[in-house]
Amino acid sequence: MQPIRTIESKTVVLPSTNIDTDQIIPARFLTTTTKEGLGKQLFADWRYDSAGATKPDFVLNRPEATGCSVLVAGRNFGCGSSREHAPWALVDFGFRVVISTEIADIFRSNSLKNGLLPVVVDETTHQWLLANPGAQVKVDLETNMLTLPNGTSVTFPIESFARYCLLNGTDELGFLQQQADAITRFEQGRA
Amino acid sequence: MNAKTLFEKVWEQHQVVPETADTPAVLYIDLHLVHEVTSPQAFSLLRSLGLKVRRTDRTLATMDHSTPTDPDEVFGRVPIKVESAAKQVKELEKNAREFGVELLGLGSDQRGIVHVIGPEQGATQPGKTIVCGDSHTATHGAFGALAFGIGTTEVGHVLATQCLLQRRPKTLAIEVKGRLAPGVTAKDLILAIIGKIGVSGGTGHVIEYRGEAIEAMSMDERMTICNMSIEAGARAGMIAPDETTFAYLKGRRFAPQGADWDKAVAEWRKLKTDPGARFDRVVEFDASMLEPMITYGTHPGMVVPINGSVPTRVNDPVHDKSLAYMGLTGGEKLAGKPIQVVFVGSCTNARLSDLELAASVMKGRKVAKGVRALIVPGSQQIKREAEARGLDKIFTDAGAEWRESGCSMCLGMNGDLVDKGQYAVSTSNRNFEGRQGIGARTLLASPATAAAAAIAGRITDPREYLQSVAH
Repeated sequence: MQPIRTIESKTVVLPSTNIDTDQIIPARFLTTTTKEGLGKQLFADWRYDSAGATKPDFVLNRPEATGCSVLVAGRNFGCGSSREHAPWALVDFGFRVVISTEIADIFRSNSLKNGLLPVVVDETTHQWLLANPGAQVKVDLETNMLTLPNGTSVTFPIESFARYCLLNGTDELGFLQQQADAITRFEQGRA
Repeated sequence: MNAKTLFEKVWEQHQVVPETADTPAVLYIDLHLVHEVTSPQAFSLLRSLGLKVRRTDRTLATMDHSTPTDPDEVFGRVPIKVESAAKQVKELEKNAREFGVELLGLGSDQRGIVHVIGPEQGATQPGKTIVCGDSHTATHGAFGALAFGIGTTEVGHVLATQCLLQRRPKTLAIEVKGRLAPGVTAKDLILAIIGKIGVSGGTGHVIEYRGEAIEAMSMDERMTICNMSIEAGARAGMIAPDETTFAYLKGRRFAPQGADWDKAVAEWRKLKTDPGARFDRVVEFDASMLEPMITYGTHPGMVVPINGSVPTRVNDPVHDKSLAYMGLTGGEKLAGKPIQVVFVGSCTNARLSDLELAASVMKGRKVAKGVRALIVPGSQQIKREAEARGLDKIFTDAGAEWRESGCSMCLGMNGDLVDKGQYAVSTSNRNFEGRQGIGARTLLASPATAAAAAIAGRITDPREYLQSVAH
């Protein structure tokens, strides 16, 4: 996993509420047995028409979306299916941060394990971000701060262990493996 | 001793290491269910790190999501049509062999939807922690287990260590007072609950469903309720185990036997929430006034009574976009609207009692002209039981298709699809845009409502059909 410290980028905005993981990557693409290359299928049914041609009006297809690593989305982003293909596709496309007022539990957990930082902000900040697509923002994980172009900063919550893993690019598996003795004792205690 | 909730008791019994300010709890997992779609990358990780599956005896695999429902494909008489799905099936067969995991594979007579076979095999038990790389793992909470969906990275963690790192969620009690009226089902109740608390109303919480209506339910109905907890944003939903739970489990393959059974039941009886235990939130709900429910939009919280109208909202572009996708307008009545597809199936509503309910509506009647009705049992065992009761005959005589088990048209991974623009009344759990096929318009409802729609060729109140059967 690529570590995250500071991300500075323009935003891409998808204002819809309740964007579910079926929209992020439709089920028909889940027959893959690897993680690679899913960025092509990100928001497939919104990005491409039925003949597979790119829809030029869709925000991710516009030239200004190129190189953006911060996605601002409506409330309750990532609800629905637990498919980790959703963060895999977002990261493969180039996103490192998702900002909303509410981010669904399983999607948030999956994102943290793939170097995609879920940032939950207050309603006022969110409204401003939704109204100003393309705003240059700074997300600093060392200070847990999101800074808007006018210099205002807001803090965002993040679970401390996930933050540690993101800052260091560490997978949680190593930590779990270090608990092997405790796990064995636990198993013996219940036998 | 402090009064504790059901959730707290199960959580505390599984903490290998309690959480601290810096680290989440190390939570022990009793049962890990594995399927073909969310596991390949996890097995690849184990292989690349030279790791084994720590507890093959706590791991059970099956195939359901991308598998065909056409018998010729299932039993190998013709190749699986969706080539990438065929590859995924092969991959799980290889992984299960290599890592020594029991697989109820494509040809197995115990195969089925992962959330149907866990309980059916008696692997799902009260007080257990159960995970699966699937958000509908919440289903198993119907037995008083703490069961929740995980991503593929976590599937790898559980395969390798039998543990997960977890922060303790909050608790939400949903108190359901009163009893459901005749013709109103568990599906109608959970849809109404989601409509009330919203699709993110349970985020960060484990729900405990309580009260008279829940206690009166069969295990099949309780599974329907817990199954859709995730549609309210909650990773897990639980119901206290009772005599109904124990009677369901007794004698099943993985259930404790003999003296172990009595010991297990004695422990299970202690799990229910203690009087005076506190929940972080409580929501009350009256079941007695409830009517059959149907969704009209593109998430399960967009739901109205069957005889209701599509709501109108001013200055709500998301609502408008959803209605435009559905081809509906605010103020329009849903009853009478022509439909083209009916799907009875999925981990929400494909158990034997669901099929019996659909059959009681369809018996002696014909599926309306121009309607495709697909009936997909939740498991091969349910399929056999349904056939032993003659349900398959009722369905096929009516003109419906009777298939092998699997997730099928719930998410259309296996080629069972709804065409663009078609209305499908489905007993599944998600009406998201494109879920059942590109441009498909899903209306979620109970098996009774779905079957009635198949006969009428339009959205209709199922109670008229159920009453006529009773005479």
